[in-house]
Amino acid sequence: MMDKPWNNRAWFFVIPVLCFVLFSSLLPMMTVVNYSVQDTMGQNSFFWNGVAWFQNLLDPTTDMGGRFAAALVRNLIFSLVVLCLELPLGIAVAICIPRHGWRVGATLVLIALPLLIPWTVVGTIWQIFARQDIGLLGAALNGLHIPYNDTQGPISAWATIVVMDVWHWTGMVALLSYAGLKAIPDAFYQAARIDGASRWSVFRNIELPKLQKVLVIAVLLRFMESFMIYTEPSVVTGGGPGEATSFLSLDLVKIALGQVDLGNAAAMSLVYNLITLTICYAFFTIMTQLDQRKGA
Amino acid sequence: MRIQGRSIAIGIYLIALFLPIYWLLNMSFKTNGEILSSLNFWPHHPTLANYRVIFTDPAWYLGFVHSLTYVAINTVISVTIALPAAYAFSRFRFIGDKHLFFWLLSNLMAPPAVYAMPFFNLYYSIGLFDTVWAVALAHCLFNVPLAVWILEGFISGVPREIDETAALDGYSFPRFFVKLFLPLIANGVGVAAFFCFMFSWVEQLLATTLTTVNAKPIVSVMTRVYSAAGMDWGLLAAAGVLTMVPGAIVIWFVRNHIAKGFALGRV
Repeated sequence: MMDKPWNNRAWFFVIPVLCFVLFSSLLPMMTVVNYSVQDTMGQNSFFWNGVAWFQNLLDPTTDMGGRFAAALVRNLIFSLVVLCLELPLGIAVAICIPRHGWRVGATLVLIALPLLIPWTVVGTIWQIFARQDIGLLGAALNGLHIPYNDTQGPISAWATIVVMDVWHWTGMVALLSYAGLKAIPDAFYQAARIDGASRWSVFRNIELPKLQKVLVIAVLLRFMESFMIYTEPSVVTGGGPGEATSFLSLDLVKIALGQVDLGNAAAMSLVYNLITLTICYAFFTIMTQLDQRKGA
Repeated sequence: MRIQGRSIAIGIYLIALFLPIYWLLNMSFKTNGEILSSLNFWPHHPTLANYRVIFTDPAWYLGFVHSLTYVAINTVISVTIALPAAYAFSRFRFIGDKHLFFWLLSNLMAPPAVYAMPFFNLYYSIGLFDTVWAVALAHCLFNVPLAVWILEGFISGVPREIDETAALDGYSFPRFFVKLFLPLIANGVGVAAFFCFMFSWVEQLLATTLTTVNAKPIVSVMTRVYSAAGMDWGLLAAAGVLTMVPGAIVIWFVRNHIAKGFALGRV
């Protein structure tokens, strides 16, 4: 492969993108930084507050700090749980997708459909589906004498959110894995057949290694998306019961738009964004390294 | 017999996938009385009243119009400005290219909740608040980087010799780009547009924060059903069903490219 030529005039091509993204990311970010170091006495009177908000936030013994730490832990557990469920399930589904004929297209469309439903509607669907009186899931579980109530019991609420997320996003892992599987040349499978390899060893030694790169992307996207989750839990449980499903985004919106506590909200935004960015950078590094190893 | 096992497995998965959607569909054809009276698996007295409300009440159908308008504006802007940038990233090295690319991607990971409040202030102060443009521009935050990422993948798949041959044949750059290059990456443009459509269509937090009356998206119009008189479940279900239609149509048209887009565009 040839090296790309060095050409600084390429910058002109990037300028439009830069303008748009600067406008929609840097300007708002500056507002946040601004709020995070100031206190306000009502409308439009701000004064310098230093790093007090941050100190507050990062000290788990204070009210705000405790709240933030709890939300962060909840969010991390949630992300890990959905990843552990969606990754294996998505791969399994991808392997089961038919290989030929009209069924391929039909299956792909069906699998992708949940991804295209507006997130509020996803929440609405599950809110209805989980109701004990009019929803199939809630009624069926109660009919089986399983104590289930997603608005009262924290465990039920968690289970609902997790199942909803698996329902919503496994399709994406499946599509990614399917794309990865399609890229494996037939020769590999033929060689395995000649060697008399079992289905499991084909998966273990051929498919899984070839899927590695796609799976890193899947993990990255799923982690980020579940770390930012807002709309669906806000519709289904509203963060409750109590604080049981108050993830970072929900908490942030509550503080910023509900209580209009700008200083705390801004400090929280920045720390939250920094955490996301750090994890994102780690994944990005892994991805480029995998890329290079493949290229070498 | 292994094929059989696979078909059964995927069948079970698809049924599980469809139960909640079926439930919504089922409810949308019922009256509120029937929904709340007992649990049943199909509407015994099917009614189209819920859909009639949505198609005759301007507040409802304008919600769809607003949503589709900002999604369309956003998709056009994102893909148009992402094309040259993706070309630059794919073909050339320049000062700060890697950092710029990462910085762009980092916007993809930005939690919308972080931006809700500052966006409100920003669009309010420049007078775009409560217009479809505010939402369309706000969604550029994650759609432009996404489009650049996908298109870069597709463009890198086109051999560089094509660019050089065109230059030797005396094509000017803009003519080469539009006449020769665009048709080559038409698939990529389609896939990028599809993803922009998808993410703008499903995003709700920013869309709701940036609009109040004149540009309310359908997802926030849906909150109208929560009233003092109780919840209008049938209407909510009908609106929910209708929000799935545009996505389903788009996905049908691009179904053959989806898997490819996921792989090549690295998303």
